[in-house]
Amino acid sequence: MSEDRDGRTPTPPDGGRARRPSYGQVRRDRIDALATAGTVDDEPGVSLIRSAWKRLRRNPIFLLGAAITLAFIVLAIISPWIAPWDVTARPLLDQVRPQTNPVPGPEPGHLLGGDDRGRDLFSRLLVGSRQTLIVGVFATLFGLAGGITLGTVAGAIGGWVDSLVMRIVDVMLSVPSLLLAFTIASLARSPSQWTLIVAIAVIQVPIFARLLRGSMLAQRGSDHVLAARSLGVRPRAIVFRHMLPNSLGPVIVQATLSLAVAIIDAAALSFLGLGNPDQRQPEWGQMLGLAQKYISEAPHLAFYPAGCIIVVALGFTLMGESLREALDPKTRR
Amino acid sequence: MTQAQATRHPRGASEPLLSVRDLRVTFQRQGDAAFKAVDGVSFDVRPGQTVGLVGESGCGKSVTSLAIMGLLPERGNTVEGKAVFDGEDLLTLSPSAMRDRRGAEIAMIFQDPLSSLNPVITIGRQVTEVMERHQGLSRKQATPKARDLLERVGIPDPKARLVNYPHQLSGGMRQRALIAMALACNPRLLIADEPTTALDVTIQAQILALLKELVVDTGTALVMITHDLGVVAGLCDEVNVLYGGKVVERGGRHGLFKRPRHPYTVGLLNSIPRLDAPLGEKLDPVPGSVADNLPWASACAFAPRCSQVVDACTSHTPEWEGDHVVGHRCFNPMGGTP
Ligand SMILES: Nc1ncnc2c1ncn2[C@@H]1O[C@H](COP(=O)(O)OP(=O)(O)OP(=O)(O)O)[C@@H](O)[C@H]1O
Ligand code: SF4
Ligand SMILES: [Mg+2]
Repeated sequence: MSEDRDGRTPTPPDGGRARRPSYGQVRRDRIDALATAGTVDDEPGVSLIRSAWKRLRRNPIFLLGAAITLAFIVLAIISPWIAPWDVTARPLLDQVRPQTNPVPGPEPGHLLGGDDRGRDLFSRLLVGSRQTLIVGVFATLFGLAGGITLGTVAGAIGGWVDSLVMRIVDVMLSVPSLLLAFTIASLARSPSQWTLIVAIAVIQVPIFARLLRGSMLAQRGSDHVLAARSLGVRPRAIVFRHMLPNSLGPVIVQATLSLAVAIIDAAALSFLGLGNPDQRQPEWGQMLGLAQKYISEAPHLAFYPAGCIIVVALGFTLMGESLREALDPKTRR
Repeated sequence: MTQAQATRHPRGASEPLLSVRDLRVTFQRQGDAAFKAVDGVSFDVRPGQTVGLVGESGCGKSVTSLAIMGLLPERGNTVEGKAVFDGEDLLTLSPSAMRDRRGAEIAMIFQDPLSSLNPVITIGRQVTEVMERHQGLSRKQATPKARDLLERVGIPDPKARLVNYPHQLSGGMRQRALIAMALACNPRLLIADEPTTALDVTIQAQILALLKELVVDTGTALVMITHDLGVVAGLCDEVNVLYGGKVVERGGRHGLFKRPRHPYTVGLLNSIPRLDAPLGEKLDPVPGSVADNLPWASACAFAPRCSQVVDACTSHTPEWEGDHVVGHRCFNPMGGTP
């Protein structure tokens, strides 16, 4: 749209600063770029997701990411039924020799061997995908819920409410996110998978809040919102029917990216002992933590869960980044 | 303001439906001097009448209409003057009272039909929304009415269109859908802000014909905003020519076209392509651009581009000569001072 929009388009965040931007500044700019991407559309009137999909269908990077993600989700769901051994069973117990051979190696029926308690490593890895997915998905969902609420409140009400919410959000964004998650998780009296979910959800909230508020503001100045206002549509309907549904595109993209971050952060926290200590529910970060003790004798114990985390996070990131690129007018061409 | 506010014009059989008086809109720009986008505009619209607001890009047409509708941004501008609609000054109404009028009493259609429709809601839903809002209908009750409306604005197969999304319609169909939304509650005044600029030439003619038909059938008064005097010629009863935020000439359609007084109007008329002109004849648009404007406060803003310029033009503000029906704002009008 080359037509002058009567100065109603929001001014973009001022680029070209002389000093190196701070951590918080970099994160804010990244979020804002995605938020405004939602309105700068070369096919106005076509929903953002639909026009992005056209570009994505042929993008091999997106397809690879999507394939990994899909495989991971399917595995996570069906793993308890396809895992060859129960995760609590200890079929290799009689081979564990604490002094000479603490970790049994591979043998027929046990593709990757066992762990230090004689449990089948392959089965635990498979089933571990489930906890990883649960933590990632719930953390992102809660983060989304919190962020959408705050962002809607800020973007719809505006004024001092907006300023207050955005101040808090910006402070949260300027603290390194893993540090913040670590702090929150260590407040819990007894760590569990819910500790992880809450801690990681909290660090997602400001991201979604700022993002949604940004795209709501862009929507507020859009032609179709002006047209709806010109017909006397009530403010509540303007927000929930005209602004919010059109602001969700960037949020969905961010959610894909956030899943990757949530999975990595969850693994990191649970590696540090802030996750679910219950070994009957294996989780990759937890397995990684347990593998530390044997890192010189049996590095594969750490290698497999770490590899799984990397591949899955890569899948979500490839998918999310190509979505992001498909939406961002600066990188589109 | 020297406009003879007391004079009743001879054909004043009906009271004006909308009466805009000395409307001023000033934008405060950070670090910049305040900018007067609309600088004392007055005009009347009578029931059933079609009034044109004509002028180049940036002369304040859209800002005028948005100010009347109460749709300017909340911050960063001041609106002064009056816009009396049916005895009430719209500019002093509360936001919620104004919302009750918008869509029900006064409606607006915009330039870009595609971006003016919500991309994620069906056409039917967008039309019924207005009726639900103002007429207290349920969606079920409103749907057949929406279908009839789409039919009335000339959308073929209206029933199927109800469940279409905006991107599934052609440009002309979208503008028709927007017109249907605007007319859904039979408003008494419709403001059309360049409704055909974004459309193909053939579609433009169809939409203008449709608008004309609808205002005649329903008795809706129409304010037609355009930069194209050609559009005005076929549609408007009265024309206001805007320049730099002021009305510089006003007249009935025939009078204005036959005997334009203001040099800017003459420039605009010369820039209309004529069917009977020899092929390849160069159009004669107004030279220069609005960027050359002088401030109205101490000159005629048009002076740097004017062919008729005299000494007074750069040292004094030309005052309005005339009334609410005809008049101009010029020291040296075409055809001499009577
Ligand atoms: N929100 C705003 N803030 C600051 N200036 C504005 C704003 N909206 C409009 N203006 C300025 O007011 C002037 C008049 O704008 P307006 O949109 O009314 O022009 P227009 O006659 O409708 O032109 P066009 O034919 O391009 O639509 C322009 O110079 C514009 O830059
Ligand atoms: S007042 Fe002077 S400059 Fe302005 S239009 Fe008339 S003749 Fe031209
Ligand atoms: Mg305009």
